[in-house]
Amino acid sequence: MNDHDYNTYSRRLFLQQGLTLASMATTAPLFIQRSALGMMRPLGSMLTSQPGVPEDRILVVVQLGGGNDGLNTVVPYGSDDYYRARPAIAIPAPDRGQAQQPGALKLDDSNGIGLHPNLAGFKDLYDEGVASIVQGVGYPNPNRSHFTSMDIWHTGDHSAKGYGWIGKYFDCTCNGTPVPEGAVAIGRNAPLAMQGRIQKPVTFETEELFRWLGEDVQASLDKPYADINRGGVLADVDPDSQLGFLMRTALDAQVSSERIRAAVARTPLVGYPGSRLAQQLRIVSSMIRDGMNTRVYYVSMGGFDTHAGQVRQHANLMTQFGQAVNAFYKNLKAQGDSGRVLTMAFSEFGRRVQQNASGGTDHGTAAPMYFIGDMVRPGLLGDHPSLSDLDKGDLKFNVDFREVYTAVLEDWMKAPAAQVLGKQYRKANILKA
Amino acid sequence: MAARILRPLNKGEFDYWRAQHLLNRAGFGGTPSQVRALANMGLKSAVNYIIDADEVETEPIEADRFDADIMRPPTRQQRLEFRVARENGDEATLERYRRERQRRQGADRRQIAELQRWWLKRMIETPRPLQEKMTLFWHGHFATGYRTIEDSYHMFQQNQLFRNHALGNFRRLTHAIIRDPAMIRYLDNNQNRKQSPNENLARELMELFTLGEGNDYTETDIKQGARALTGYTYNDDEFIRHGSRQYQRLHDDSVKQILGKTGNWDGDDFVDIILSRDVCSEFICWKIYRFFVNDMPGEPTQAGQEFVLELAKLFRSKDFDLKPILRTIFESRHFYEPDNVCSQIKSPVQLVVQAIRSLRTPPRSLRALLSATDLMGQNILFPPSVKGWEGGRTWINTATMFVRQNILVYLLTGQRPGVYPWQIDQSQYDAAPLLDHFDKPLGDIDASEAVKYLVWFNLGRKPHERRIAALNSHVQSRGGRLNEKILIELLALITAMPEYQLC
Repeated sequence: MNDHDYNTYSRRLFLQQGLTLASMATTAPLFIQRSALGMMRPLGSMLTSQPGVPEDRILVVVQLGGGNDGLNTVVPYGSDDYYRARPAIAIPAPDRGQAQQPGALKLDDSNGIGLHPNLAGFKDLYDEGVASIVQGVGYPNPNRSHFTSMDIWHTGDHSAKGYGWIGKYFDCTCNGTPVPEGAVAIGRNAPLAMQGRIQKPVTFETEELFRWLGEDVQASLDKPYADINRGGVLADVDPDSQLGFLMRTALDAQVSSERIRAAVARTPLVGYPGSRLAQQLRIVSSMIRDGMNTRVYYVSMGGFDTHAGQVRQHANLMTQFGQAVNAFYKNLKAQGDSGRVLTMAFSEFGRRVQQNASGGTDHGTAAPMYFIGDMVRPGLLGDHPSLSDLDKGDLKFNVDFREVYTAVLEDWMKAPAAQVLGKQYRKANILKA
Repeated sequence: MAARILRPLNKGEFDYWRAQHLLNRAGFGGTPSQVRALANMGLKSAVNYIIDADEVETEPIEADRFDADIMRPPTRQQRLEFRVARENGDEATLERYRRERQRRQGADRRQIAELQRWWLKRMIETPRPLQEKMTLFWHGHFATGYRTIEDSYHMFQQNQLFRNHALGNFRRLTHAIIRDPAMIRYLDNNQNRKQSPNENLARELMELFTLGEGNDYTETDIKQGARALTGYTYNDDEFIRHGSRQYQRLHDDSVKQILGKTGNWDGDDFVDIILSRDVCSEFICWKIYRFFVNDMPGEPTQAGQEFVLELAKLFRSKDFDLKPILRTIFESRHFYEPDNVCSQIKSPVQLVVQAIRSLRTPPRSLRALLSATDLMGQNILFPPSVKGWEGGRTWINTATMFVRQNILVYLLTGQRPGVYPWQIDQSQYDAAPLLDHFDKPLGDIDASEAVKYLVWFNLGRKPHERRIAALNSHVQSRGGRLNEKILIELLALITAMPEYQLC
């Protein structure tokens, strides 16, 4: 290690510690402080330039749509305020569980904060040191509309307008031409987050839809079809014309289709549950294994809008989420990709602290984000938002989600975050190096 | 004397292919016999026939076609009961109200889906294609989305507003849109009160609806304009009257200065002040030009710029009447220039409706068609933002390309390709009438002649040799003679050509 590296390291460490301390300025209860102090531990791996981590890094975004209840996911069971606000739906402390309502899963490195009892799949990864929870993530002047808040998260902009943050990442780094299959979204609709001015995501719900189906009508159509769509830009067509653009895209579509279907056809190395999220992640793992060019994958699950009868519904969602990300990580590990894949899960907002009268919760504000991968700084990161110091019944955020994006962009994707997000945000400390 | 750039096409030049171009752009295309009929009318009558759509008989729309009461706001009595229940912790009553609300929201979501189907069906069947096309244009221009409104009847009211003003007058339409409940709700003007102005509508009115971003106005104009728009709100389904007590309570009745003009302006004055700027007519003419004539990315051509500026002059001289500028466009030589023919990427709605109207396929399941247009990026009544759809090349990517090809396979065969959630439709498509003018049974028609005609008809241009060769060799591999099945196979291939995405 030369002096230059050393200086960079100490400066960065200083900034990280400074940041952690600054965010602790408000008096946090003891059980919360302990986890925050854990964040300051200098990590040995920070000294090296990520041994064993190749540069072809991948980001997988998991969207939890509908507003996941952060307080019943990462449970502050050490807080009386929590139980006062949620007499009917609170998750009991680890040692107070009952058959009807099991207690929270205890986290070894924290007092008073646990995980939803159905998150065993996630806790497994947490205990292995490959998962983290960034607590209390949000943004100023929170918007409680699903769509607007989701668009704010997607654009990284409070106006909720403009291109998506991942799209802008590609636009900033792709030298004016889109990266073929650079961004892949599994689902019905292309997420705004992936839409750039130049880069557009490849979107498909299942790989079966990502091909021409005229061959099903008459098999012998495949030859003329290939001739028509694989010709590229024909000799006498202006490549800059609309027709030139269409011919190019038609050829791209054929190539992508073949590549993706071949990739997805690979059998995963571990079994996956049947949930939609798990199946989406299965497809992603196969594509990663196939060595596709894709740098960002986007998957999503919905159903988190738990206004009524939340307990059972949320428990199911937690099971699905935990099991899906567990299978995904184990598969990546088995195929030797866990070091180059960072998985990030978020929701457009959390829910109100106080339960409502239907055994559910209404739209709220700050909530945790979840990270999985060999390179994440494991454990509980940042402070749990205070349950006594509320903003009109809502949690106050500690970390702006764009500080998290900044870390992902700079530390993981090696991209100029300020250029992508249009502003220099403080960088959250979420990765080992 | 009209400017040279606006001059009309020579009479004799209006042939079959130009008539087809007119019908594609001013509507959603037509069958070979419809195109022929239009060509035979000659340029002037053909354009008149399309523009004077209001003279064509059409199915009347009953005012009670959609249920206005689903999202009716609670009465004073109900609000009181709810408040008392909340204060007393009366769970049973609160629960009843919550269930009732959920039931209404569910019913309203079903109704908005029905409204989507109703409108798409109208576009497919209407004898006034330009009216529906302009309705679609205004929907994209004054974009308002159901997701924010959550009141399907308001969306229906707005849709009817666009239809009624489709070929009317832009000034009157803009006056009407600031009174439209859906728009008011979408851009928060129901929150715009003299005590606490909300600038959203004032901003978008200038930025997106009339002047263009940053054109000729300042932040101060927005603030002042917002004050003029205070009190422009609605109760239930109706705009509140200017004389009403409610209006007087909400409206800022004092002097404002907007775009350099000082007076005690209200929202209507605000609109008129904006419309007095030349930039406004130019901005609207640009949008109309991009919609009907050419939407190539990048800087417009010299001719295009000149055309729009002259069109804007005409627009002003007719005090924003739409028919004169549309007539000028559709008659102009410029509109038929090779650069402006087969050069526009079909919007998803255009793709689907034009396919049905020109090939006469069965319309299949409207649900399936709407699911496809959504997958292709255009979910009507749900525009992505107040900016509407960007259109042009943004419609196209590798994924939408397959949906575009596959929805055509569905229209042609009725079979659900692969795992799409589209309902299988058993009715057979008879494509033979496309070749009626050969005046022979299918099997006797010279297959290579038929191929040439089908490609030309569907792509609107002289086909590339390589395309012809691919189709001819397919016919040869299937025995060399046409039949109903092979005809459909040929159409499946033609509609899968990149060229088919243009009109």
